[in-house]
Amino acid sequence: MTPPLPWDARHAADIIDRHLHLEGPTLPILHALQEAFGHIPDDAVPLLADALNLSRAEIHGVVTFYHDFRHEPAGRHIIKVCRAEACQSLGSERAATALLERLGIGWGETTADGTVTVQAVYCLGLCACAPAALIDGDPLGRLDGAKLAAAVEGVRWS
Amino acid sequence: MTRIFIPQDVAALAVGADAVARAIAAQAGDGVTIMRTGSRGLFWLEPLVEVETPAGRVAYGPVDPADVPGLLAAGMLSGAAHPLCLGLTEQIPWLARQNRLTFARCGIIDPLSAADYRSHGGFKGLERALSLGPTETVEEVVRSGLRGRGGAGFPTGIKWRTVAAAPADRRYIICNADEGDSGTFADRMMMEGDPLALIEGMVIAGFAVGATKGYVYSRSEYPHANRTFTRALDVARQAGLLGPSVLDSDVSFDIELRVGAGAYVCGEETALLESLEGKRGVVRAKPPLPAIKGLFGRPTVVNNLLSLATIPTILANGAQAYADYGMGRSRGTMPIQIAGNVKFGGLFETAFGITLGELITDIGGGTLTGHPVKAAQCGGPLGAYFPPSLFDTAYDYEAFTARGGLIGHGGIVVFDDSVDLSAQARFAMEFCAIESCGKCTPCRIGSTRGTEVIDRIRAGVEVEANIALVEDLCQTMKFGSLCALGGFTPYPVLSALHHFPEDFRRGACPVAAE
Repeated sequence: MTPPLPWDARHAADIIDRHLHLEGPTLPILHALQEAFGHIPDDAVPLLADALNLSRAEIHGVVTFYHDFRHEPAGRHIIKVCRAEACQSLGSERAATALLERLGIGWGETTADGTVTVQAVYCLGLCACAPAALIDGDPLGRLDGAKLAAAVEGVRWS
Repeated sequence: MTRIFIPQDVAALAVGADAVARAIAAQAGDGVTIMRTGSRGLFWLEPLVEVETPAGRVAYGPVDPADVPGLLAAGMLSGAAHPLCLGLTEQIPWLARQNRLTFARCGIIDPLSAADYRSHGGFKGLERALSLGPTETVEEVVRSGLRGRGGAGFPTGIKWRTVAAAPADRRYIICNADEGDSGTFADRMMMEGDPLALIEGMVIAGFAVGATKGYVYSRSEYPHANRTFTRALDVARQAGLLGPSVLDSDVSFDIELRVGAGAYVCGEETALLESLEGKRGVVRAKPPLPAIKGLFGRPTVVNNLLSLATIPTILANGAQAYADYGMGRSRGTMPIQIAGNVKFGGLFETAFGITLGELITDIGGGTLTGHPVKAAQCGGPLGAYFPPSLFDTAYDYEAFTARGGLIGHGGIVVFDDSVDLSAQARFAMEFCAIESCGKCTPCRIGSTRGTEVIDRIRAGVEVEANIALVEDLCQTMKFGSLCALGGFTPYPVLSALHHFPEDFRRGACPVAAE
């Protein structure tokens, strides 16, 4: 994964500018900002409000509505574990709970050393090879506790 | 030159298709080209490797990279026998039993080759639509009997007629690819395996109703599908399928891919419209219908991806050919997705009318764990849990409704006897609480209260009184919610309560257990 950049108002303004020709550009801009900075920094909200001629409250409302947008940077590696029914049917919760205990974190949290963030997702469309997860965007199917732990350890120290 | 086909579908990648492709590329030597395709949808056989032979494609699977030397030594490149050999792909019974209309090309063609698409029947639907003219194209879709594949089952052609008739300066086509239901992956497979069919379907829709702009609203949980589809848009522009003069006609149409941000409720069409406009994904009250006032207040076709991807085959082969499949008012075929704890999971496209039991037992082969099937949730997180005693239900919109269920987007999630339906009912409420947009009270507050009451039932606190309370709450949510999220969450909850009452009363002590 490309490491996120430190906050840079001019770079953020460029990103916003590049999307202004779109109809309803808010979500594409937020995705692009998060892609660049790893999260949606508070400083981005007034910039976006100005550019779109909306109130800060409206932008804040959008940012906080969607599960994807982070308010602080994530760990260096992002593990998205599916918690939906198809994965539940083959023991995803057991595997995920074991991983979280091993890392000493809860859902949505980052390990103290900043290496790993574990996020809950509801369906990756890998329901016929469940349970499933995305390890830094790479899909992993038919996992169990051991396979998930090994995959996380594999990226954690790389 | 021997051609080898290996899926690039994310579900194949999830079980190691890339490593298999690398092993074959390294060991098979020159004289072999590897083409990456979508998936055939037989996921227990992934990674599935197919070899082109004079008799047809011969399949091997599931292949592990360690199997590759043995396969090559056995003569895989000429389709020779091997313990992993499945014979001719088209003759694998699981595939041969299907009626692949929507998914006719998926897993077969190079998803990003317009030439391959054309040689497998692509563009024919659009060409026929252009010769029929807009009005007759709409009527053809009406005659096919196609109903919305997102779950609501509204006749697609009628929706198009409404949009075409609404006076407007501009109209929009929106493809709802926000496939959030657990147990469903057909939209994703189509975006990865035959994206040009979706694009062609949207162009036909645009031509039919007089729209020049389309949006595909996909999910951030589908990064691979989004990458493939983005490239497919470029391929389509180069091939003249999109642009200012589609196939050299005076029709103009272009498509933009938009990606959601992890909000399940945005699969609801009005929340989707809000999200596309850049707002919180909050549901709109209807009326006005999106067909009259949709995106930016303009008449808008919002169709499920599967509905749109089925349009080219309907136009190419005629409405009647499509309507000849199916039963009752459910015409055509449904790409059913068999998932969860099931032996043979995957995409099974078939005419409406097959029974649930056939799908789960005969085709799905029962559970992967080998335990008895206890329940199957049909139609995603808002769908009912069916017990085996209802497996004689025919796969049909009306038959499912009559049994207190819904077919939704075609997902079936199988559970073995280790499942606790009270936990699943609790999850349904909890999921609704997490994903509620917050606009209407029954959904926003009811789901949280519902989770709490089910917790009390599971703890054995005043079980019968609390069950009555949940039933009452479900009635309120069902009839008082603005959209299907709050309105359908009662389906899994009530079906669990009614069909599996013992799971709510197991070893419960009558007094507080907390």
